[in-house]
Amino acid sequence: MTTKLFGEPVRRREDARLITGKGRYLDDIGAQALAAAFVRSPHAHARITDIDVEGALDVEGLVAIYTYEDLTGPMAEPLPVLIPHPQLHAPRTGYPLANGEVNHVGEPVVMVVATDRYIAEDAAERIVVSYEELPVVVGVDAARDAAAAVHEEIPDNVAARHHQETGDVEAALAGSPRTLSFTQYIERSACMPLEGKGVHARWDPADASLRVYSSTQASTSVRAAIAAKLELSLEDVEVIAPDVGGGFGVKIVHPWPEELLVPMAAIRLGHEVKWAEDRREHFIGSAHERQQRQEITVGFDDEGRITALDVHAWHDNGAYTPYGIIVPIVTATQLVGPYAIPVYRVVVESVYTNTVIVTPYRGAGRPQGCFAMERTMDRIADVLGLDRAEVRRRNLIQADQFPYDHHLTFQDGRPVIYDSGDYPGLLAKLEALVDWPGIEERRAEAASRGKLLGAGMALYVEGTGPGPYEGGHVQVLGSGKVLVSTGLTSQGQGHETSFAQIVASELGVPIEDVEVTTGDTRRFPYAVGTFASRAAVMSGNAIALAARGVREKALRIAAEVLEADPDDLEIADSVVGVKGTPGATIPLRTVAVLSNPLRYAFDEAAKQATQFARAGSDDKPPVAEGDAPGLEHRDYYSPIRSTFASGAHAAVVEIDPTTWEIDVVSYAVVHDCGNVVNPMIVEGQVHGGVAQGVAGALYERMAYDADGQLQNASFMDFLMPYASEVPDVVIDHQQTPSPLNPLGIKGAGEAGVIPGTAAIASAIEDATGRRIASMPISPTELYDVMRSPNAELTAAAGRRTGVGA
Amino acid sequence: MKPAPFRYADPGSLDEALDVLVAEGEGAKVLAGGQSLIPLLSMRLAAPATLVDINRVPGLDAVEATGDGVRVGALVRHRQLLEDDAAARVQPLLARATANVAHPAIRNRGTTVGSIAHADPSGEMTSVLALTDGSVTVASPGGRSTVGWRDLFVGPLETSIHGPAVVVDAFFPALPPRSGTAFAEIARRKGDYAVCGAGVVVTLSDDRTVERVTASYISVGLVPEVHDLTEAVHGQTVEQADWAAAGALARTLVDPDGDLHASADYRRLLVGVLTERTLADAAVEALERTAA
Repeated sequence: MTTKLFGEPVRRREDARLITGKGRYLDDIGAQALAAAFVRSPHAHARITDIDVEGALDVEGLVAIYTYEDLTGPMAEPLPVLIPHPQLHAPRTGYPLANGEVNHVGEPVVMVVATDRYIAEDAAERIVVSYEELPVVVGVDAARDAAAAVHEEIPDNVAARHHQETGDVEAALAGSPRTLSFTQYIERSACMPLEGKGVHARWDPADASLRVYSSTQASTSVRAAIAAKLELSLEDVEVIAPDVGGGFGVKIVHPWPEELLVPMAAIRLGHEVKWAEDRREHFIGSAHERQQRQEITVGFDDEGRITALDVHAWHDNGAYTPYGIIVPIVTATQLVGPYAIPVYRVVVESVYTNTVIVTPYRGAGRPQGCFAMERTMDRIADVLGLDRAEVRRRNLIQADQFPYDHHLTFQDGRPVIYDSGDYPGLLAKLEALVDWPGIEERRAEAASRGKLLGAGMALYVEGTGPGPYEGGHVQVLGSGKVLVSTGLTSQGQGHETSFAQIVASELGVPIEDVEVTTGDTRRFPYAVGTFASRAAVMSGNAIALAARGVREKALRIAAEVLEADPDDLEIADSVVGVKGTPGATIPLRTVAVLSNPLRYAFDEAAKQATQFARAGSDDKPPVAEGDAPGLEHRDYYSPIRSTFASGAHAAVVEIDPTTWEIDVVSYAVVHDCGNVVNPMIVEGQVHGGVAQGVAGALYERMAYDADGQLQNASFMDFLMPYASEVPDVVIDHQQTPSPLNPLGIKGAGEAGVIPGTAAIASAIEDATGRRIASMPISPTELYDVMRSPNAELTAAAGRRTGVGA
Repeated sequence: MKPAPFRYADPGSLDEALDVLVAEGEGAKVLAGGQSLIPLLSMRLAAPATLVDINRVPGLDAVEATGDGVRVGALVRHRQLLEDDAAARVQPLLARATANVAHPAIRNRGTTVGSIAHADPSGEMTSVLALTDGSVTVASPGGRSTVGWRDLFVGPLETSIHGPAVVVDAFFPALPPRSGTAFAEIARRKGDYAVCGAGVVVTLSDDRTVERVTASYISVGLVPEVHDLTEAVHGQTVEQADWAAAGALARTLVDPDGDLHASADYRRLLVGVLTERTLADAAVEALERTAA
């Protein structure tokens, strides 16, 4: 088997199309479609007392107006709780259109369909919705105080109380030589794909079938949801994810109200209908993540070894819980990171607020968990006067301890058992990469320029590639083309390239002959979706297995023709040949032709497979029993549990003590995702993740006021960093292959974002000597910390200046 | 985010433009570069009945630099002004400030005069018009008039110009002799509206001591203001001037507001820091120009 493309930095074959404007995104589809626009709630919490559409009726070009009253059957019921969990004791979801009450600004109340989007917005503007305002809950602390309730029948605002423990934490803390406790906060940000959500639906009345394009991360499940909600037979619905301009998690949530309402309107109107989300809608109508309050108590010995860890967190889940408690579970279980924690207890209370729903955003609860664990390490180092790297090293799981069982239950319901890794190796590489011992020298040099320099580090372990399964289909055509399909979707990750690399390597064909299709339920109807860094692990392995099936069949057919043993055959450059026997060959495309016995010669190549073309055995059927025509194979990969990737980041910041501007001057990443399909793509994923990590640490936040109005719902005031704000990133790799899957790979999609907030908070603390317990932090906030008489000085700062803390 | 319906006119002359403005009345709005107006339309924060696009009007696209100052036509893009060497020689603040206007893509389309007519206190050029003691020329059916910056800026996004009128140019007086300038700003992201910005002019006396210091700030206060900081450093030599004292004085003179990105106190801090930094640079330039 040739493996020359697996592991090579093959250039992304989709980029030429995407960067020259030849991509086909949702809004490129359906130029003749009617356009939908939505009247959305301007209030965070209110009862709807009246909807008056009269003023909109004379807008020329108006086609239809829908309110909750127009919804029937399952459409009039609440949206599904996608991932139920026994500890989610009070789940709530909204309706496709508000049913008498709104629970966040931006919730859809009325859908307008018109001949174009301009007219739809004109009509929407004239619809008058009357509201009776209700008390508003914003932020975890307000939710916890429960002076008001988001949902009347849930007075404590608690949707779920997620609880896991690995032993008697109280006793372990009582027996610990030292303990410390602290509280910290992390704020909201959001995925912010450059392309918002969008849906296009076309109903074929003659065929009674529906085709839906959606900018989604889960086309197969969107299909099932549409069929269920609109009471259609599954085979009459097809859903296609076209080119998708980023997802980062927000598009794994489904069905979004619009994903149901647009098809509903297309069927009722007998005309194609489209909705493309605009940026303001995305801010107030999609999903956010990350706000938590964390109360942490840790027990440890005089050497800094942790003896017990007790975490109580409050997680803001927004107005509804359509995605269950995945984010709290991920925070709870991934918090422990690469460390051996003898006794661990975690409680995450998931609370309702009158804000946009909270669902996974790249990292999905891990940045918060990492923030908790890594800042705990920093605090232990500070109080003991130890090097922060040393404290971490003393607590790491060792390379000979795998598989390592944390005795926790992960987001897929499976045990958190780390499959492989080398965490001391990561830390050693990181210290070398960022020159950790040289930081004091750099601090002094920066001080000579009037700057405060500080460094921080953070390590993480990321459970990737959860099941239940993905599938792959590989087919060799008579032309020699190799068609590959998988049901999960792509949002720019480079799947066309990496999946093609896998097939080219497994099958021994040039990558140019391989065509990859993802996210199209016509081609592959069984799939789960693209999330949790799972595409390469899940579909990559499924596709590899499918390619191996094709190879086996090709060798079997070729063996007959070449009168050889299949074991003596090899495939190279699309030609099957007998090892060590030049000339005894048959092209793979001919094998493909022969795999499908024909009566009719529709083209030149087909002649070879017709019934008089070659002598066959008269006592065997043309297609053997148990065999199938065609050179193709479909296979599935279903893992026993997730595979655990890992990494270590370090950030060095320089702070201007006159303006308190924070500049990340170095950023180092050591990354381990097992075997790497394409290192260039993996590095791109890391770069993008780091950009979002820096964003979450220093720039982005969702700024709600007390009335639940989002104050910065535009790119003018929501500070997604430009390239000019993202530091140069240096990367080193480590590869500890996963023993769990055939290719030995682990996921890489989310890793880059996870440690950013923790590492940068630590670096700022190191630079300023002031405790940083709330992230993100901006210059104006740092100025407040620096001049506050209540700001806590770190012990390290005291030792450095000799004044003590 | 689609604009409400509007009528569109693209007159071929200034007279024609004024005719349309007269005919359309209060609901008409002039469109030049559109870098502020179009987003406002798309977000339906503005819904003028008619857009009067002046891009076809001849004679409004010139930068004229003379010994008296620089006259910038209503269709001059920021980039054109930024790259005009003659203008930079007559009034160096123009290029220095324009370099801080947003990003290249916006500078390529946005107009300097449009930015002034928009009267955003976060805009660079409103502040520069004030600091240079400039004015605009307003064409209306009754003829042309000159409006000085003090009379022009009434409030945030509000000028004294009403009724059918087109701002046809802005005039920035030349930098006085023995003077130097500097301009700096701090933004959360490169190219964003400044959290705080400062433009300063330092003028020396014949004996090369500080004679006069003025400063104007961006994103500080509701309308552009010019602050006289002379008393903090008057008579001091460039080498020994107490620029920090001028910064401290500036902090007491300004009255910034807080917003999402900066508290009022933080803006006041930055006023002091930027004043100190820019004055030192401006004074060096003044010294060079005095020596020459």
